[in-house]
Amino acid sequence: MADTSTALRLAGTGLQSVLRSGLPYLALAAMLAVLIALQPNILSYFGLNLLLKLSIPLILAAYAQMLVIALGDIDLSIGSFVGLVNCVVAVFFGDHLALGLLILAAAVVGYAIMGAVIHLRRLSSIMVTLGMSFVWFGVALLILPNPGGVAPEWLADFARMQAPLMPLPLWLAIVIAVIGHFTLMRSSFGVILRGAGGNPRAIARAGWSILQARLVIYSAAGILGVLSGLVLTAITTSGDPNVAPTYTLVSIAAVILGGGAFVGGIMSPVGTVAGAITLALAGSMLSFLNVPPVWQIGAQGCILVAVLAGRALVRTDSK
Amino acid sequence: MTAMSSATIALRAPWTLNFVAALLIWGLTLVASGGRGGAETLTVALAFSVFTVLAGTGQMFVIAAGPGNIDLSIPAVMTLAAYLSMGVMDGDAALLPLGLAIALGTGVLAGVGNIILIRALKIPPIIATLALSFMLQSLANNAGGEATIKPPQELADFAILKLGGVQILLVLVLALSAFVQLVIARSVFGRYLLAVGQNDRAAALTGIPVWWIRLSCYCLCGAMAGLTGFLLAGFSGGAMLNMGGTYLMESVAVVVLGGTAVAGGRANAIGIWGAALFFNLLGTMINAFHLAEGWRFICTGAIILFVISLNPDEPR
Repeated sequence: MADTSTALRLAGTGLQSVLRSGLPYLALAAMLAVLIALQPNILSYFGLNLLLKLSIPLILAAYAQMLVIALGDIDLSIGSFVGLVNCVVAVFFGDHLALGLLILAAAVVGYAIMGAVIHLRRLSSIMVTLGMSFVWFGVALLILPNPGGVAPEWLADFARMQAPLMPLPLWLAIVIAVIGHFTLMRSSFGVILRGAGGNPRAIARAGWSILQARLVIYSAAGILGVLSGLVLTAITTSGDPNVAPTYTLVSIAAVILGGGAFVGGIMSPVGTVAGAITLALAGSMLSFLNVPPVWQIGAQGCILVAVLAGRALVRTDSK
Repeated sequence: MTAMSSATIALRAPWTLNFVAALLIWGLTLVASGGRGGAETLTVALAFSVFTVLAGTGQMFVIAAGPGNIDLSIPAVMTLAAYLSMGVMDGDAALLPLGLAIALGTGVLAGVGNIILIRALKIPPIIATLALSFMLQSLANNAGGEATIKPPQELADFAILKLGGVQILLVLVLALSAFVQLVIARSVFGRYLLAVGQNDRAAALTGIPVWWIRLSCYCLCGAMAGLTGFLLAGFSGGAMLNMGGTYLMESVAVVVLGGTAVAGGRANAIGIWGAALFFNLLGTMINAFHLAEGWRFICTGAIILFVISLNPDEPR
């Protein structure tokens, strides 16, 4: 009797865990199915390129957010950081490439310092990153008070590149997912990084430095933010401090949607990629459905709730 | 001696530094303008602080309710409440009570909506309130679109009404802050709230209705945001889209700078004033010195980082 119920429960948990880890892909598949049903043309090389283009910078920003969330922190500055990178690239990369690179390198160091300060002074990551979001935005405004600037030709060419077999954004999404999966989920390096968020004491007792882990993670988040800004500038071809404020919160949503959790140590790189694409596609789907513009943002909220509600239903634990 | 002791107080209670910083900035502005217009500068900053404080006080209840609790729907609630109430009144002062009730009701309903998403669907508050704010934004777009809906003249007059040179609204909101402080420190609700914020499990074991407390916090926050939208529409000439935009992160910042613990369990309603004054005087100073707009954000970020770094005992 007891055995049966345990077995049943185990089977139940197995099914639930499959559902839980599969949820981001189910959501993405459903979203794509609706999009294809509405607009079969998107299945072409050109259509997919257009459709997926804007999800790449969001995927990169969501990766940055995922690393920080896996530490048990939250990064409220990634959106304005991507905006800063966008401005630096649009203003300096054309004529003063070295200076532009120097500023971006300094910004990444700034990200690492942010992580170190959070750790050493035991500060709340929410408040430190909130403060830094104002700083990044302010610097971006100083560099480019009004939208303008031009992306260098080579960068814009990159976004226009005709990749073989599949459109470039699809290649990029797959490459990012594979790299993320193998560095974070399949390497001893990834275990230490995830452990630093899940059980910092155990990692510290095993002789690893939590401070170093934090430095590595925040630097990586900064570099991912720079990459996100670069790709975004390649697509938009101009600069605007206000280009990506929504990235901050949407990247958090993509991580949670993809199977991450705020408790630390829990992340899913491939799920995050799927989550970011799903959220980026939500906008396209709503325009294909002819949802009036005034309702679009509300409908995005509903999609967010619907997908996360699915996550609550297949949840196994109370956390 | 007095300088020494006030320095000690400032270090023990970093939120008092906001008042010092605000005073410093006011002094700098005075120097820049050659001593002219000091009173006006302060009056204007105080008048705008009223709205920052109202929105911030709501956010304070939510943040004090424990780790992870945050309300990102404040700007959307403000805008929607302003549109609905101004639309219903349509300039008719006789309908002011109805308009106010609608503004408050909108906020309370938003609070209920937030708690439903957080509790029933187990969505983290930061995302639940964001998702709800998207929906409310759409409702506001439909309620008003691109148009500005004007307030009844009486409401506009009341928002700037002065008795003996003192803005009435300012006095009322100051009194409200004092009352809220009293509620936090002395009432059963206040003690329950801080207990839930410190350790919700322990609070539940002592029989505190944890989720009712959280529901009250989100509803109070919504109602305060609704009230802010209602009054701001009166003050600034009508309900406008994006009227709440700057309150998204600023409401969080003033609360935490004001001495409320980010992780919950400690609340300070009076401290919000110092941070709100600082933010609003900063804008005036940047203008007085003809500095680029970017410096305003850099200074805002710097003061947040500075005050936060004086609170090393915050749990992460």
